[in-house]
Amino acid sequence: MMDPFSLTFMDVFRFATHIGLAHFLLLAAVLFAIGLFGLLTRRGLIPALMCVELMLNAVNLNLVAFNRYLPMPDLSGQLMALFSIAVGAAEVAVGVALAFRVYRDRATVNLDDLDHLKG
Amino acid sequence: MDFPLLSTVLLAPLAAALAICLLPRESRDQIRMIAAGTMTLATVLTLYAYAAYDTVEGGMQFTEEVPWITDLGVTYALGVDGISLPMLLLTDVIGLASVFSSWNIEKRTKDFFVLLMVLIAGVTGTFIARDLFIFLLCYEVVVIPIYIMVLIWGSTKRVPKEYAGIKLTIFLLMGSAFMLVGVVSLYIAAGGDSFGMEALAAAGQSGVLDENFQIFAFLLLLLGFGSLLSMFPFHSWSPDGYAGAPSAVSMIHAGVLKKIGGYGLIRLGLLVLPLGAKFWAPLIAALAMVNVLYAAYIAMVQKDLKYIIGYSSVSHMGYVLLGFAALNAVSITGAIANMVAHGIMASLFFSQIGYIYERTHLRSVPELAGLAHHLPRLTVGFMLAGLASVGLPGLIEFVPEFTIFVGTLSVYPVCAFLAIAGIIFTALYILRMLAKVLFGPRVERFAGVPDEQGADLVPLLLLGVFLVGFGLFPELLMGVIRSGVTPLEPLLAQLSAAPAMLGGGF
Amino acid sequence: MFDFALTHAWLIPLLPALAFLIIGLGTRRDKDASAKIAITFSGLSFLLALGVLGAVITRPIVMADPFVMKTLWAKVGDIELSMGVLVDPLTAMMLFVVTTVALLVQIYSVGYMAHDPGAGRFFAFLSLFAASMLGLVLSVNFMQMYAFWELVGLCSYLLIGFYYYKDSAREAAKKAFITTRIGDFGMLLGILLVQLTFGTMDFVELKTLLPTYIWETGGGILTIIALLLFIGPIGKSGQFPLHVWLPDAMEGPTPVSALIHAATMVVAGVYLVGRAYFLFSALPVVLEVIAWVGGFTAFFAATIAVTQRPFKRILAYSTISQLGYMMLALGVGSLTASMFHLMTHAFFKALLFLCAGAVIEAMHEEADIFKMGGLRERMPVTFRCMAIGVLAIAGVPPLAGFFSKDAILAAAAEVSLPLYLLATATAFLTAFYMARLLFVAFFGEVKPDCPAQETNAWMRWPLVILAALSVVSGAWGHFAGFGEWIFYGPVGEEHIDWLIAGTSVALTAVAFYLAYEIYVMKRWSAYEISRRLGVLYRLSYNKYYVDEFYTVIRNTFVDKLGAVLYWFDLHVVDGVVNGLARFTGGLSGVLGLAENGQVQRYVAVFYCGVIALTAYSLLIAAMLLAVVGGAF
Repeated sequence: MMDPFSLTFMDVFRFATHIGLAHFLLLAAVLFAIGLFGLLTRRGLIPALMCVELMLNAVNLNLVAFNRYLPMPDLSGQLMALFSIAVGAAEVAVGVALAFRVYRDRATVNLDDLDHLKG
Repeated sequence: MDFPLLSTVLLAPLAAALAICLLPRESRDQIRMIAAGTMTLATVLTLYAYAAYDTVEGGMQFTEEVPWITDLGVTYALGVDGISLPMLLLTDVIGLASVFSSWNIEKRTKDFFVLLMVLIAGVTGTFIARDLFIFLLCYEVVVIPIYIMVLIWGSTKRVPKEYAGIKLTIFLLMGSAFMLVGVVSLYIAAGGDSFGMEALAAAGQSGVLDENFQIFAFLLLLLGFGSLLSMFPFHSWSPDGYAGAPSAVSMIHAGVLKKIGGYGLIRLGLLVLPLGAKFWAPLIAALAMVNVLYAAYIAMVQKDLKYIIGYSSVSHMGYVLLGFAALNAVSITGAIANMVAHGIMASLFFSQIGYIYERTHLRSVPELAGLAHHLPRLTVGFMLAGLASVGLPGLIEFVPEFTIFVGTLSVYPVCAFLAIAGIIFTALYILRMLAKVLFGPRVERFAGVPDEQGADLVPLLLLGVFLVGFGLFPELLMGVIRSGVTPLEPLLAQLSAAPAMLGGGF
Repeated sequence: MFDFALTHAWLIPLLPALAFLIIGLGTRRDKDASAKIAITFSGLSFLLALGVLGAVITRPIVMADPFVMKTLWAKVGDIELSMGVLVDPLTAMMLFVVTTVALLVQIYSVGYMAHDPGAGRFFAFLSLFAASMLGLVLSVNFMQMYAFWELVGLCSYLLIGFYYYKDSAREAAKKAFITTRIGDFGMLLGILLVQLTFGTMDFVELKTLLPTYIWETGGGILTIIALLLFIGPIGKSGQFPLHVWLPDAMEGPTPVSALIHAATMVVAGVYLVGRAYFLFSALPVVLEVIAWVGGFTAFFAATIAVTQRPFKRILAYSTISQLGYMMLALGVGSLTASMFHLMTHAFFKALLFLCAGAVIEAMHEEADIFKMGGLRERMPVTFRCMAIGVLAIAGVPPLAGFFSKDAILAAAAEVSLPLYLLATATAFLTAFYMARLLFVAFFGEVKPDCPAQETNAWMRWPLVILAALSVVSGAWGHFAGFGEWIFYGPVGEEHIDWLIAGTSVALTAVAFYLAYEIYVMKRWSAYEISRRLGVLYRLSYNKYYVDEFYTVIRNTFVDKLGAVLYWFDLHVVDGVVNGLARFTGGLSGVLGLAENGQVQRYVAVFYCGVIALTAYSLLIAAMLLAVVGGAF
């Protein structure tokens, strides 16, 4: 296991100059965290949907990156990413349509007000 | 047997349900004709099977087998023996009668008959299935239509029909949940390769299932089948349920569905788990005695006709349970015969009550009086059913009751003694009811009520024929049942040799 | 020809049953046709019964060796329930009595029911009754007897409640059925125990099995069985304390009272004991019980009859009293005397009831004897028949009652002095109240607005025939050797004990004289006597408050207990069910608070869950690594 306190300057420099799997994963994690943060905090339905897209894309990034760094790369990760994008597109289409209907019906897209499923 | 007789009997109502689905809502006549025609066909076929059944040979006849889910060992296996054949006959006769009892339903006729047909098919399936999986499947098919029918066509009296409906459904489902656990554990314990009842029975009797498992599994089955049979203290759904349900549902429910409990106890409880049955039998006998007396007493203070018959059927089921608990050939013969007898009698009662309720919207004993002046045919129906449940000879209940008493008195003297005392209380509440409702001075309010005729008369005639026919010639019924019970005799003899486990002689 | 009757004895009950079917399904709306059918079929079965009687006499068939035919009715397990016919002198005598009275009563009913729209139904029920009673008489085993026993009970119920629009009739019918049901319960238990003990219910087989059984195991359980069996007759034959239904049963049409509640059905209990006498007579304790129940009932009912006012009710208590006599005879070991009295009583009591029917119809449903009077002039034939009946039941020689009653008194005197005294006192009371009935209703002045007239021919001729039978049957039975014909054990010596006979005739004379002085000459005021008697009079007039006692019992132990149990069912058994439902509902309310509809909250909770799960699985992985780490 790597001990964070025994990192030398060279370690950091090597990390910064040699782009590898870890960078992609880090980026995806950041993206995912931003998306999650937005999903949990934004009041609007559309921003929340956008955040979901962000999280989805973070996952796609992971898929593609892992695929690239496989010892014997094939196309399965890319393929999954493509599927995922397609599904995501469909999801946006449905989601936006829903949001539209909700707005027509309730005259609001504020998530705090949309609590009709309250138990 | 080349012609798939049992499949026809089972699937004809389903086909009828489909056909009715395709008809437009307005064609009430066609809908009713299809239902009646189908049930007549099923009844005729069943009667043929009843007549053609070879009582000398016995065993499963008219068998059909098609492998279904081979991985689980599920087979679409049908067949009837001396125990299930009377039940099948009962189902179809009462089913036919219930179609005619619902002849004048105005509200959503189409939906009603679709559900009724599905219900009848489900009940039929439970009795002729030789595979536990099919048995459970059919049983679950039964529950849903009943709930919907109570909600839409039921009536609200002491309790709202919604309450009655959900109570009925939950009790049935709870019963089936216990049953399901019991059945699955049975399936696994027996090796997990077949749901066939014969295979399981062979496993149970040959000692593959050890005693502790049998005791545990039987308890589960007892909870399931017992609450179905309205065994004390799981009986409270029955009067409320009957009171809420439309008369066709009450008829099928009291007449046939309840009997699945008794049938299951014998078919699964006794045949597959004999040691478990032996263990719990004294408890069942005690509860049966409570059933008989307790429900009879309560029936005495009821006002609503359907409640009286509801409690009365709880009371009569006590005799069935008692017959089962004594675990000898005579008493079990009596228990099966009593199920048939009570089915015919109770459904006749409910059809007559349904008729009077349909015409007057009255069902409460204090409000009805002197019906004999205006409705002689209805009076005959009530009297036949009433006198049969009092156990008069020449009517269907006499021999079964006598048989149960003979079979149980030596095994559980105290329980049997008290249960026999039930004949006094039965006479008391039945005669009180008959006297109040039918006799007494003329009441002008009922002068305009038409007597039964046409389709309304069919339930009375149909059920009356069996009520009197099996009463005068009991061998017609007992002969078939005997051929079903005789094969059990070695098992029962073995059991009675084993020591009683729970308490013993009450 | 006699042999034909014997081998076709099963037709005797079947013919009236057929009549019931034909009338019930076909002609019930047509009065005349129904009556014709009923009478024709009854007549045929009467002829067959005569044939059987002839066969029994000529063959001869004796008590020890009856003629039996039977067929399987139902088989359960290894128990065979059969139905059939058993013919011996006892059966033949009963067949003769039942078919005779049934036929006469049906003929009488043509006149009696002429104006009743329900006559078709009436004849149907009468036919059904005749069928059931004859089936009972012919029983080969206890099960058959119980089955027909229940059926005659049913017919009794239907016929008492014939005027179903009358509340009193409805209640009386119910009471009759339920009271006898209590008896049937005991009897059923007895029968079941017979089956369990001997493995058979067949009379003939039991008779052969019994001596060995007693020899081997003693009489302990048999005594219980016999006592249980005897509860049935207590109910059916109106013995104390289950006699209360019989007086109420008079709500039925009078021909019914004559046929069912005097001549035939109520003697079924006596007949049962007689039929199973091989069992009862082997158990001295049981015999003693029977004797005392009978003796007490006889006396008890007679004391009630003395003060009653309605015509038929006096006769009803008289019937109870006479049935007690028959039981007494059985209890003191004389089957002969009991059956002899059964036969003569059937004739004269049917006669008395039919006279009562004629009188009450003539009086336009007025039943109180003190509102009658002087009917002797208005209804001479009825009066003569009635007088014959009264003299017969009072035991005036040479009428029928003299011989049969004397046989019972003699039998009682042999066994026990108290029982003899009780029976003699009863005889005195019987003579007194019958004389009272006759004198009050038929003598004295005609009441001013009395509508009474002589009855029509349909009703008159049966009276005359029954009167003739009431005159001759006793002497005929006595001199033709009834005792050598129907007996159990050693042949009873048929002789008249002049001391006993003289005493009872003298007492009868005294009773007649007293009644004459009180009710005709009015030398003593009946009112004054009743006032002097005070409590005794009130007790008797109110029938010792037995009915009130039962009402209290019923209210507390049946209705109140039922209400309590219903409460229990609603609030405890169902309470648990509803409580469970409410608990589930409440729980869902609590858990539902977490479902606040805020999607983002759900997402947050979801991610917390994901993180927790991830952390957990990492932890497990780390622990696994720590354990097996060396392997990597």
